Amino acid sequence: MIGIIKYQAGNLASVQNALDRLGAEYFTSDDPEELEKADGIIFPGVGHAAAAMDNLRSRDLDVWLKQTKKPVLGICLGMQLLYESSEEGDCITLGVVPGRLKKFDASEAKVPHMGWNQFQPLKKHSLIKGISNKQFEYYVHGYYAPANEYTLATCKYITDFAAVVAKENFMGVQFHPEKSGQVGSHLIQNFLDLVHES
Amino acid sequence: MLTKRIIPCLDIKDGRTVKGVNFEGLRDAGDPVELAQRYTSEGADELVFLDITATKEKRRTLVALVRDIAAHINIPFTVGGGIKTVAEIEEILKAGADKVSLNSAIVRDPGLITRSADAFGSQAIVAAVDAKRAGDHWEVFVKGGSQPTGLNAVEWIEKTEQLGAGEILLTSMDRDGTKSGFDLDLLRTVDEKVTIPVIASGGAGTIQHCCDAVSLGKADAVLAASIFHFREIEISELKQKMADEGIPVRLMNH
Repeated sequence: MIGIIKYQAGNLASVQNALDRLGAEYFTSDDPEELEKADGIIFPGVGHAAAAMDNLRSRDLDVWLKQTKKPVLGICLGMQLLYESSEEGDCITLGVVPGRLKKFDASEAKVPHMGWNQFQPLKKHSLIKGISNKQFEYYVHGYYAPANEYTLATCKYITDFAAVVAKENFMGVQFHPEKSGQVGSHLIQNFLDLVHES
Repeated sequence: MLTKRIIPCLDIKDGRTVKGVNFEGLRDAGDPVELAQRYTSEGADELVFLDITATKEKRRTLVALVRDIAAHINIPFTVGGGIKTVAEIEEILKAGADKVSLNSAIVRDPGLITRSADAFGSQAIVAAVDAKRAGDHWEVFVKGGSQPTGLNAVEWIEKTEQLGAGEILLTSMDRDGTKSGFDLDLLRTVDEKVTIPVIASGGAGTIQHCCDAVSLGKADAVLAASIFHFREIEISELKQKMADEGIPVRLMNH
C-alpha cells in the first residue's frame, strides 16, 4: 500500500491517476499516523519551496518524513525538498540529502526548464532499471539540485543537474514520471516493485 | 538535450471535440479522450484543450472532461477558454490539468496572473496572447480575436512574464487558419524579450513551417490544430523530419 503525502503543494490527481493505471493500491493523507501504515511513500510537489515547507511543518510532516525508514519517492519539488536548503525563498528544507537548490541562470537559456529531456545514468539502482539515456522524461522546474555523490543520473540543461537521486530509503526524481508517458510508468512500477521487495 | 515540443490543440464544445475551417462550419469530431489518446500514442509532447463552450452551465462538463482526460493520458496538458478566477483555475488543476491558459481574463485583470502563479506556481500559468500586426508593431486582441485592446503585444507579453506567467502561447491572428506559415518576425521579436518558453501558434500548414518556427522563430514549441485533425501531417512524420533537420525532438522509437 502506497501513501501519497497530501499537502498544499501536491499534484495529487496526476499521481493518483498514474497509480490507477498501474493498478496499484494507495491512499492520500496529511496525517503522519496514517502514513505510518503505508509500505512506501510518494511525496509529490509543485510550486514554491518555502510555501511547501511551511505547509509540511504545519502538519508535522517534515518531522515524520525525516525519520521514516520506508521507501520514499519525491517527485519534482518533492525531490528538491529532500535536500538541505533552497535558493527559492531562501529556505531550509528537509536535509535528508546534502546540497542546496540553485536557480537556473535565465541569461543562459529559457527558465523554467520545461519539456522532454533525457538523463544520463551514473549508477545502477533498481529505481531506474531499464531506462536508458535514449528515452525522454518530462521536466518542469526553475531550480535544480547540483549533482553530488548521491546522484543516480544527471540531466543536462544549462548545467548538469541531478535528475535522479537516492540516499538510503529516500529517492527522488526531478522530472514528472506521472506525466512522462511509458518511461514514467516504468519508473513508477520500478518504485512499486522496490516497495514490494523491501 | 531539451527537445522542442509538438502540441496538438483540440477545440472543445459541450464536452466534444469540434473541427472547423477558419472558425466556420464547426462539426463534431468525436470524443476528445479518444483523440487525445491517439495523439499521445503518435508522439504528441503535450496537448492543449480550448473550451469554446459559451454558457456557464455547460462549463460544468469541462471539469468532468478534464478529469476524464487526466485519467487516460500520461503526458502534460493545458486547458484554456473563458477561465476567469483563481477558483476556476484551482478546479481545473485539481481535476488533473497541468496548466491553464489565460487570455481575455488577464487583459482585464493582470493581477490574476500573479494571484494564480502564487497559488499554483508559474509553471501552471500560461499567458495566451492573440496578436495582430498593426503597422510597425502587433496589437493584442481578446474575446476570441474579436476585440482590439490597444495593447502592444510585445510589451504585454513582457508584462505577463514579470507578473508570473510561466509560458507564452503566442497566436498570430494574421496567420491563424491561413496555413501560410508562422509569423517568424513576431516569434523572433518576442523571443528576444522574454526568458520563459514560447509556444508558436497560428499558420502551420507544412512540415517546413513547423521547422522554421523553431529554427528561425526560436520557438520552444509548436502548436497546431487542423493539420493534425485532418491528418494532413502525421505527428510522427513531422518529428522525424524535424530530427532530420537537426532539431532536437522526442522520437518514440526507443
